[in-house]
Amino acid sequence: MSRLIDVENLTLQFDTDEGRITAVEDVSFSLEAGEVMGLVGESGSGKSVTAKSLMKLNAGNAIYGPDSRITLHLEDGPVDVMSLKTDTEMKVVRGGAISLIFQEPMASFAPAISIGEQMVEQLMIHTDFSKAQARELSIEMLDRVGISDASTRFGQYAFELSGGMRQRAMIAMALSTKPKLLIADEPTTALDVTIQAQVIDLMKDLVSEFGMGIIFITHDLGVIAQTADKVAVMYLGRLVEQGTVRDVIRRPAHPYTRGLLAALPTLEDIDAPLTPIPGDIPSPLERPSGCVYHTRCQEVIGARCANEIPKFSQVDTDHAAACHLHDEQGETA
Amino acid sequence: MSEKPLITAQNLSVHYPQRGGLIGPKPYVGAVENVTIEIAPGSFFGLVGESGSGKTTLGRAMLRAAPITKGDVLFDDGEVSYALKGLGKKELKDYRKRAQLIFQDPYAALSPRMTVRDIIAEPLDVMNLTGSRAETDERVREIAAKCRLNIEHLRRFPHAFSGGQRQRISIARALVSGPNFIVADESVAALDVSIQADVLNLLKAIQEEMGLTFLFISHDLSVVAHVCDHVAVMYLGRLVETAPTRTLFSTPRHPYTQALLSAIPSLDPDDRGKAQKLEGEIPSPTNPPPGCKFQTRCPMAIDRCRVEEPKLETAGPEHNVACHRWKALSG
Repeated sequence: MSRLIDVENLTLQFDTDEGRITAVEDVSFSLEAGEVMGLVGESGSGKSVTAKSLMKLNAGNAIYGPDSRITLHLEDGPVDVMSLKTDTEMKVVRGGAISLIFQEPMASFAPAISIGEQMVEQLMIHTDFSKAQARELSIEMLDRVGISDASTRFGQYAFELSGGMRQRAMIAMALSTKPKLLIADEPTTALDVTIQAQVIDLMKDLVSEFGMGIIFITHDLGVIAQTADKVAVMYLGRLVEQGTVRDVIRRPAHPYTRGLLAALPTLEDIDAPLTPIPGDIPSPLERPSGCVYHTRCQEVIGARCANEIPKFSQVDTDHAAACHLHDEQGETA
Repeated sequence: MSEKPLITAQNLSVHYPQRGGLIGPKPYVGAVENVTIEIAPGSFFGLVGESGSGKTTLGRAMLRAAPITKGDVLFDDGEVSYALKGLGKKELKDYRKRAQLIFQDPYAALSPRMTVRDIIAEPLDVMNLTGSRAETDERVREIAAKCRLNIEHLRRFPHAFSGGQRQRISIARALVSGPNFIVADESVAALDVSIQADVLNLLKAIQEEMGLTFLFISHDLSVVAHVCDHVAVMYLGRLVETAPTRTLFSTPRHPYTQALLSAIPSLDPDDRGKAQKLEGEIPSPTNPPPGCKFQTRCPMAIDRCRVEEPKLETAGPEHNVACHRWKALSG
C-alpha cells in the first residue's frame, strides 16, 4: 500500500458572533490507498469539519492553525492542500482527487436539474471527456451501483428516486471521476437498516474494485465494525483514540470510547443495562481545559486531567490513545 | 392476554384519499391495513418497521390524531372506556388528558419563544386541569423533578438546552396532564448514543414509577430489544409479526423480521458479510403488490405468496406471524 494522505496538527477555528470557536484541535492521522478509516464521534465532535478541511470546503470564517498541514500524495507528486488558494487550484482536490458523499442525498442533488445532467456536468469539469462519453460513463456508473434501468434514471430528477436510490446515485456520481479518496459523511444514517446494508455492501465492493481510500464518518460503531480497517475516535474537536478496528472495538483504551460502547444497545445481550455517559457534551464555547473529556470522564485521575492536555501514547502496535491513564504505561508517541 | 388490555387496535385501517378517480371507486393509500394489537396496562410495547411501514400512522390513530377508516381503537383504563372512532368532542378532550405523544425531534417540538415552565404548563392551561397558577406551578415543578430538570431550568428558553435536556422537557410536557398511555414516536432517534441511553433509562424509570403504558415506535431494533416487553413488526401497513421481546429476538418467524435483525450491523468486526441481505426496497403504498406485501423482496416466496395475503397465525404463546411458510421454514 502507498500513502494517500497525511494530516498533521490540523487545527481549525471559526470566527462567530459569539466569539472564536475551536472546532478541530491538533488532529493528525494518515491513510493508505485502499484503506478504509472510520471517523467516529457524536454531534459537535468535529468529524465532518475535519473531513471538509481535506478539501478546504469549510465556510469563509474558518481559520486554519499555522502548523496545520494536509499532504495529498498523487501520482504527479505531493499536493499541499493548505497552500491551495483559488477555485482553479482547488479543482485538483475538489471532485478531482477527493469526492465527498453527504448524509442527506435529497439535499445534495439540485432539485431542478436531472440526475444525469449533474453527473455529466462534473465529468466535463474534471475530465476531458466529450458530452457523449460523459453520458455513457454516467449511465455505466449508475448501472454499476445497482440502479436498474439506468438510462431512464439518468433523465430523472432527485425527487423521483427513493432514498436508497438517491444515495446510490450520489455514490455513482462521486466515483465517476475516479477519485483517490472518497469521504463519506454519514452516508447511511438517513437510510433504513435493510437499505443501509445494501449501500455498505456496495461501498465495500467499490473500494476493492477501484483501490481508493475511504474516510467513513459515522456515529454508528456497528457500521464502523462492518466497514473500516482502522478507526479514529473524536470528541470535542480532538482525536482521543486511534487504532485498528479490532483493537478499538474489542479493547478500547480511552474512557470515552469505552463509554460509547457501554451506551450502545446491542442484540448480543438484551438484558445488559444501558449505561449512559453522564452529563452533556459541553458547548464549543465552553471548551474544558486539559483533557476535553474530563468533565464527563468516569476515570479521572486527579488534577492532571483538568490541567494538562494528554498526548497520544501507544497502547499496542497499531493502537494509541490520548489519555493520562496511559501516559506512564506506554511510550509517549 | 390474561390481563385486560388498556388499549386495543381492532382490525384498524387508516386510509388517506388520493387525487384522481372520477369514475369508479375513489383511490386511496392504505397507510394501515387491518391491524389488531392489544397493549396490556404497564406494558412497554415496541412497534418497529422501516420508513413507510405505517408505524407512525398506527401510533397516531391510537391517539386519534389520524383518521380511523375501518375498525376501531378501544381504550379502557378502568375509569373510562372509549371507542375512539365515534368519540364526541367532550370525550375526545378527556382522552387527550389520558393519552399523550412524545415527538421525535426535540429541536422542532419546543417553541423557542416559550420558557420551559410555560411549555410544560401549556397542556394544563389548555385542558383547564388546574385551578390556580400556584397549583399549575406546583404540578410543573413536580413533573420537572421527575424528569430530572432543575427548578432553575424552568425560567430558561429551549435554546439553552442540549438535545438530551430538550427531550426531557418534551417528556415532562407529555406527562404533566397525568396520562396513562404514552406514544413515544422515535423519541431517541435524534439523540447521540451517549445521551440516548440516559433518556431511555428515564423513560423506563418513569414508566415503572407511574405505572404508565407505552407504545414505543422505533426503527432501531437494538433499542427496542433493550426497553420493550412486547414487539410488533410492521411492513407496508400490515402487521407481520408480534411476540414478547425475548421470543421475537430469539426465534423470529417472519422472513422480514429475520432480515431486519440480520441487517443490523454487528459490533464484531469478524462478522462481516454474514448478514442475510434483502434485495430491493419497500414498495409504494399507493401501489402495493398482490398477495403477501413482502413477496417482492422475500427470498422464501413461493407462488402462493404472490396471490394470497397471509393471515396472522399463532406460532407460540402470544406469538403471531403472518406468513404462509413460517411452519415450513422453522423446521
